[in-house]
Amino acid sequence: MLRLEQRPQPSKTMLYITPILAVLATMVLGGALFLAMGINPFDAIYLLFIDPFTDSYNLSQLFVKASPLILIAMGLSIGFRAGVWNIGAEGQFIMGAISGGAVGLALWGSTGWWILPLMAVAAALGGALWAMIPAVLKIRFNANEILVSLMLVYVAENLLAQMVQGVLRNPEGMGFPESRNLARNEPTALPDVFDPLGIDAGGVVMLVLLAAAFFLLQKHAMGFQIKLTGESPRAARFAGVKPGVIIAVCLGISGAAAGLAGLFELTGAAGKLTIDFPVGYGFTAIIVAFLGRLNPVGILLAGVVLAGTYIGGENAQFALKLPAAAVTVFQGMMLFFLLGFEILINYRVRRVVR
Amino acid sequence: MDFSSLSPVAMIVLLIGAATPILLAAIGELVVEKSGVLNLGVEGMMIIGAVCGFVVAVNTDSPMLGLLGAAVGGAVVSMVFAFLTQYLLSNQVATGLALTLFGLGMAALMGRSYNGIRPPRMARLEVEGLSDLPVVGKLFFSHDPVIYLSIALVFAVWYFLNRTRAGLVLRACGENHEAAHSLGYNVQLIRFGAIMFGGACAGLGGAYVSLVRVPQWTEGMTAGVGWIALAIVVFAAWKPWRVILGAYMFGGITILQLSLQALGISISGAYLSMTPYIVTIVVLVIMSADRKKASINAPACLGKSFHASH
Repeated sequence: MLRLEQRPQPSKTMLYITPILAVLATMVLGGALFLAMGINPFDAIYLLFIDPFTDSYNLSQLFVKASPLILIAMGLSIGFRAGVWNIGAEGQFIMGAISGGAVGLALWGSTGWWILPLMAVAAALGGALWAMIPAVLKIRFNANEILVSLMLVYVAENLLAQMVQGVLRNPEGMGFPESRNLARNEPTALPDVFDPLGIDAGGVVMLVLLAAAFFLLQKHAMGFQIKLTGESPRAARFAGVKPGVIIAVCLGISGAAAGLAGLFELTGAAGKLTIDFPVGYGFTAIIVAFLGRLNPVGILLAGVVLAGTYIGGENAQFALKLPAAAVTVFQGMMLFFLLGFEILINYRVRRVVR
Repeated sequence: MDFSSLSPVAMIVLLIGAATPILLAAIGELVVEKSGVLNLGVEGMMIIGAVCGFVVAVNTDSPMLGLLGAAVGGAVVSMVFAFLTQYLLSNQVATGLALTLFGLGMAALMGRSYNGIRPPRMARLEVEGLSDLPVVGKLFFSHDPVIYLSIALVFAVWYFLNRTRAGLVLRACGENHEAAHSLGYNVQLIRFGAIMFGGACAGLGGAYVSLVRVPQWTEGMTAGVGWIALAIVVFAAWKPWRVILGAYMFGGITILQLSLQALGISISGAYLSMTPYIVTIVVLVIMSADRKKASINAPACLGKSFHASH
């Protein structure tokens, strides 16, 4: 019989090995799933997990997809560290794109280097304010932030639908429910910085913010208070940490990050606001945050891995007629395995002879 | 749906239909939470139920077998959550989210060749004589069987939790799992069972959406109903009869909102579509504002993992 035995100390080795194990286990079970669907599992796994990292065109796409995921996951991870569960990043992503996009559209026709930064500020503010709704309701009325932030995703989606049919609709778009293309307009387009790797200005901002998150968590008193709140809320209260401040800071940072990601997506890869603008980055980023062990460096790697599955998934749709949903199944499976393997960090499996 | 005749009776009949998926999912989640487990995967289990029910009903031409398939599908997918949280002690919030993401993807994969098909119709339970009565007949005696089942289920859950020994044990696991364990009860197994019951209920609720409410299969068709069900449990203060109240209130808002859209009221449709979600937030705020009351109502061990060291 197998029994779980608590380790005296959490295992550092397991902390780093388990995400890799989870990816490998996903490949095996996912392969079995493909086999059941009548698709050659080796071809599918190669397309999903290997091809995105070897082909040069795919490589340039990789960072485009990874940037928003990493940026959102970075913000979310800070909250998750404190036990503040913002799962409405998708809504904050949309609100960032709407508010940043609105600034860009309002300034349509004007030129200047300051337009894009102004849009970025508006986007970060839009996302942060949207995230402040669950924060305030949690602090003031003790309302569950998980449910409130999630409900606001649906509200934001409807608001987006309203905006693209209304005030933000392209006046020259023959009535189609979409905005003007911000990526094809010099002052509002996200400039490329390092083309071969697909790193644009958004990617650079993401890397800078990731470094800032690392500093916040490792060196800053606020980071310590955040981690303390997550690990021992009682101890944190005795130490004088105000729970309300932590909630507001965590939701504010994650909302601003998601809002920025929304703007970069809008001014880069997507170009214009449509009802199909949100593609689920806000939810996939939750997986990225966990797969990266809520650690900035881990999130960077995890973001690249999950971006790879998106690109691989797109290629596999053409090559193997794989349905788009298969990628979501893979991502969910990966999170399941990761959470399951986490037990190996604090416990070891012992054989007991009775 | 036809909104041209907005008679109160017709509105109430529509309201009950809109409320039933929420009611089914919420009563299942109530039992899960009473046992001390927070399963945020309701949306995922519902959509799996919606697709399983649809596939089974179309292939067997029997809506009843479809419902059965949905309940089984919901319960099976909830077992993944149960195993991870109960035996591998994973974080319940994260695992519930994983269940929702996985369920949405899996359902889309399973249902991809079923788009645009109409499922077999579910017959209404008509009672000779009674169903033809004016008003009363329409209100009480001409619904489909699932609606009666959902109400019966609420009463059964109430009876089970408050009037049976097994229900007391289940509540004990939710209030103080250490104590339940020390009395010799298998906390993990009891919770496992509760989670599967919740999965089956959510599956039924999902199938009601795909077989009766809509009725067809589209990706992501549950559109947040599972999350609203979670909020209803909070609204109900973990009391079964109040789940009916909450679910029907939401059914009413949904129908009101849809009929206003159909009437071509000057408010834009997108704004009206937001209302159920905004009302959910308002309800959550009202119910949680009194911290003392909220903490008395909630099961004390809600969301905490249990591992017996001996």
